[in-house]
Amino acid sequence: MSSEDPLFDYTLRLGDSCIVLAQRISEWVGHAPILEEDIGIANIALDLVGQGRLWLDLAGEIEGQGRDADALAYHRDAGAYRNHLLTEQPNGDFGQTIMRQFLFDAWYLPLLKGLSQSNDSRVAAIAEKAAKEASYHHARHTDLVISLGDGTEESHDRMQAALDVLWPYTGEMLTADKIDGTLCEAGTAPDLAGIEQVWNDHVSKTLTAATLTQPESNFMQSGGKAGRHSEHLGFLLAEMQFLQRAYPDAVW
Amino acid sequence: MLSGNPAMAQADTIPTTDMIWSWLKAVPDPEIPVLSILDLGIVRNVHWRGETLVVTVTPTYSGCPATATISLDIETALRDQGLTELAVEQQLSPAWTTDWISEDGRRKLRDYGIAPPQASAEKVPCPRCGSTETERVSAFGSTPCKAAWRCTDCLEPFDYFKCH
Repeated sequence: MSSEDPLFDYTLRLGDSCIVLAQRISEWVGHAPILEEDIGIANIALDLVGQGRLWLDLAGEIEGQGRDADALAYHRDAGAYRNHLLTEQPNGDFGQTIMRQFLFDAWYLPLLKGLSQSNDSRVAAIAEKAAKEASYHHARHTDLVISLGDGTEESHDRMQAALDVLWPYTGEMLTADKIDGTLCEAGTAPDLAGIEQVWNDHVSKTLTAATLTQPESNFMQSGGKAGRHSEHLGFLLAEMQFLQRAYPDAVW
Repeated sequence: MLSGNPAMAQADTIPTTDMIWSWLKAVPDPEIPVLSILDLGIVRNVHWRGETLVVTVTPTYSGCPATATISLDIETALRDQGLTELAVEQQLSPAWTTDWISEDGRRKLRDYGIAPPQASAEKVPCPRCGSTETERVSAFGSTPCKAAWRCTDCLEPFDYFKCH
């Protein structure tokens, strides 16, 4: 069947988003403001690597060309990646990283809950597993956005700046394209309109509690789901894939 | 192979699944070696598929590096019993939950200095002095399954095996 199957692209989007985000937040390891946050970030990166591997292994199985998660993660260039633009955005300061994680979790957790009802049992099993981990991340980042937003003047201003920078990257996750539509009709994936509603409720409630102002602009970036990325992804992959590029097929 | 090994086995008699469960009980968790993998509740099923013994395992956390080690340890333990045709398979659903940790496992965790998962994470008793005057330092800890806590009575820090 191969890559004609819309589920191949769909699982790539999930897997690539997890892997790219895991790589991004791993940059904090050894550099986070305090030890506990450093450990927290490393744990979340580890969960995302695990989930990314599950999604990419499934993508490889659907494609049927013998590619596994490692082949997909290490042997594709930026144009073949299908992650959302939000996940590849630079870390910025710690507040901006936390804001990006919060905006991602607010989409990913309800999506996983929907996917755990998928009529494809492989998708449902991964989603059920991942949702347990994602709910822990969701709670942590919601708490941190509130305490940093409603914190000192400095932390508030930084969180507001982070929100303003990242806001245009949130639309892509919530806007259905042909692949989302086809899988929704087939009963494999949930309707993104429902996810958007949950996302809006949670984000606006949290931002209010955090004394932050939701940007008014409706302009949204898009392209990640179709392989058109910001300038940041190539640099991220260059670092992530270095070893496999320099020593092809090296194993642990 | 040493003589007297109960499972010169595979050649003569096929070991019962009860015997296999008892061998698995001796396989420790690589991160928390006081716990066996059965205490942890991650072995879902043991059955014969033709000549091959299939052990089905549910991962604790999807990124837990111990998962690969556990599969290898299971294989090694069963090979030591003389079994040669083995498959360790992963099953994701139903997802592993800390409810599957045995009573024995909870006691062993406490004795080892790790507070076992609590239905209500508000009051986690200190595994050293038993006081409930404790506080969470961080929702995350030294491995994916643990959080960092501290006792305000005996002042000792401790790991809490978080509910999952």
